[in-house]
Amino acid sequence: MHVITFTRSTPDTAAKVWVDDSGAVTWGDVATVVNPWDEYSLEETIVQAKAGAGKSTVIAVGAALHEDALKHSIAMGIGNALRVDEAGANTDDSLVWSALAAGAIKKLGDVDLVIFGKESVDVGTDQHSYQLARRLGWTMLSYVSRILDVDYASGDIKVEKMLEQGKQIVSARLPAVISVMKGINEPRYPNFLGIRKAAKAQIPVWSAADMDIDLPIAKTKVLRYLNPPARDVSTEMIAGDSVEAKAQELVGRLFEGKVL
Amino acid sequence: MTVFVWIENFDGQAIGTSWEALGAAKAIAEALSTDATALVFGDNAEAIAAEAGRYGADNALVCADSGLAEYRLESYAAVLSKLVSERAPQAVVAVASNRGRELLASAAVDTASGLISEAVDLRIEAGKIIAARPAYAGKVLMEMTADSRTSFVTIRGRAFPAPERGAASSIHIEKVKAVAVPDAISAVVEGFAAEIGKINLADAAIIVSGGRGMANNPLAAPDELSGEEASIWKAKRGFADVLAPLAEALGAAIGASRAAVDAGYIPYEHQVGQTGKVVNPDLYIACGISGAIQHQAGMRGSKIIVAINKDGAAPIFKLARYGIVGDLYEVVPALTEALRRRLRN
Ligand SMILES: Cc1cc2nc3c(=O)[nH]c(=O)nc-3n(C[C@H](O)[C@H](O)[C@H](O)COP(=O)(O)OP(=O)(O)OC[C@H]3O[C@@H](n4cnc5c(N)ncnc54)[C@H](O)[C@@H]3O)c2cc1C
Ligand SMILES: Nc1ncnc2c1ncn2[C@@H]1O[C@H](COP(=O)(O)O)[C@@H](O)[C@H]1O
Repeated sequence: MHVITFTRSTPDTAAKVWVDDSGAVTWGDVATVVNPWDEYSLEETIVQAKAGAGKSTVIAVGAALHEDALKHSIAMGIGNALRVDEAGANTDDSLVWSALAAGAIKKLGDVDLVIFGKESVDVGTDQHSYQLARRLGWTMLSYVSRILDVDYASGDIKVEKMLEQGKQIVSARLPAVISVMKGINEPRYPNFLGIRKAAKAQIPVWSAADMDIDLPIAKTKVLRYLNPPARDVSTEMIAGDSVEAKAQELVGRLFEGKVL
Repeated sequence: MTVFVWIENFDGQAIGTSWEALGAAKAIAEALSTDATALVFGDNAEAIAAEAGRYGADNALVCADSGLAEYRLESYAAVLSKLVSERAPQAVVAVASNRGRELLASAAVDTASGLISEAVDLRIEAGKIIAARPAYAGKVLMEMTADSRTSFVTIRGRAFPAPERGAASSIHIEKVKAVAVPDAISAVVEGFAAEIGKINLADAAIIVSGGRGMANNPLAAPDELSGEEASIWKAKRGFADVLAPLAEALGAAIGASRAAVDAGYIPYEHQVGQTGKVVNPDLYIACGISGAIQHQAGMRGSKIIVAINKDGAAPIFKLARYGIVGDLYEVVPALTEALRRRLRN
């Protein structure tokens, strides 16, 4: 039994991020963190691998920068880590990305379940999980808020998933790809032993040739990054002799401004 | 040549933001001198297609086969991919809802097409679709294009205006067939629990949000509760007794900060922010929320922001068009009352 999760490093959510004079996105020398949505998928991967008495592996696709996220994952308790890196591949394009990710899953060969976080907090495309599932021809279960039951022997899984309109109970067959929401668990903090293990870990790197795949041509192109126009707000503090007077004043403003 | 737009339906009705997608698709179609084709699958498809005509669609491809009555990713993606392969639309547009995202991403793989997600602006330059989308929690804007025969685009809800609904529909409707899908990859829906009476945050025109300040409810907690438990009780009562009436008077959805969610005051579905929902209503009223950068990431796109906070130095006031410094437990009931009075007259 083998559970896989994907993660990568993202700039700290409190970091100032801007487009510099060369047109590149930068956050100065602020450290990266593991993509915050992935704390839940990492935790769930550890829990599922343990419950099924199996292995867990975390994979990052991309440059060495993402090893920080892999080390954090090992420190939390994921068994193995792997980085997929193909020089010159445009991994910003999700078709290229999913081809590399699917290559790794196929080469591993024994995977039952792949667990993703909901989205990456920086670029936030929310498309990688679906495209990997599609490439593999596996079932996709998105926005899972609870795993109700998994039977690795019979290959059955039952989950609760979130829709805008409510919650659904869905059953499907393994192997499957799922994406999980915040609230599915309480992510653990790395402990001392974990951090020591992570510091020593040698993380293997696979190229497209190692996985024996031909890369598709990237179909999307980023034309440019822009600093958004500054939000032009002049704040008006509502004054008044009493709370009632302020409330009435505000309601008046909202009606005058046709907000209501 | 045409531009496809997927009309998402739920319970036999199109979801509201589908019409925004239709408007966006129609605008691109016009700029490309072509027409807009609504794709409607499932229950009540023909009636929804007629409705799409009233919102400006020129054609519709409908599939009401029993296998498609309920949305299922695999069966819907199979039909969509087939239609894209056969008819080579210039674009496929849908709202970036939970379903819209997975459906378009899957069909983009099947047809080796480029996918751009969460666009907030679309324009045509030299016959190509250029999409703008926010990244890094809105701190950066990126412009993208796709090089494939068909460009797949999901749009952010409420970023594009919904077209006016016309009286008549002269839409040309064509029926298409479902495509068989291997059983092995099909999920089976065993149950559904609706969020009864709740207005969906993503669609909401007005949102009233509560933060950690909700715990400072002057109402006394029951004697047997103390510490954190008493705070949770007070905050929950505050959401129910003080925030909900304001939301009801306004027809608003209820949001929350992560601090309020993590403390157990309100379920996660209500969280607005970087690890919650990104919303862009016409009016956002933040009550007892300090305005941390991660909260701003989810609500900065709101047209008018009102902040109610007892700390005049709270960062939320920097974003707000209108601010009231004061105790939310005094201000919000007064606001609800003033609003009701105004609405009665
Ligand atoms: C990776 C990451 C992701 C995050 N994602 C999110 C996210 O998605 N959404 C989110 O919201 N946060 C998120 N956060 C958390 C964020 O940093 C803040 O901690 C959080 O937004 C604070 O919530 P708050 O404003 O309710 O609480 P506080 O910051 O504690 O503010 C409470 C406010 O209430 C006011 N107040 C208290 N009592 C009253 C009263 N009686 N009347 C009026 N005002 C009162 C106080 O003056 C204060 O300003 C994230 C953080 C991280 C690190
Ligand atoms: N390059 C990458 N390597 C590994 N995981 C990734 C990568 N890009 C995105 N993910 C993961 O895919 C999930 C969905 O992200 P996204 O589709 O980018 O919003 C999140 O769990 C991300 O951490």
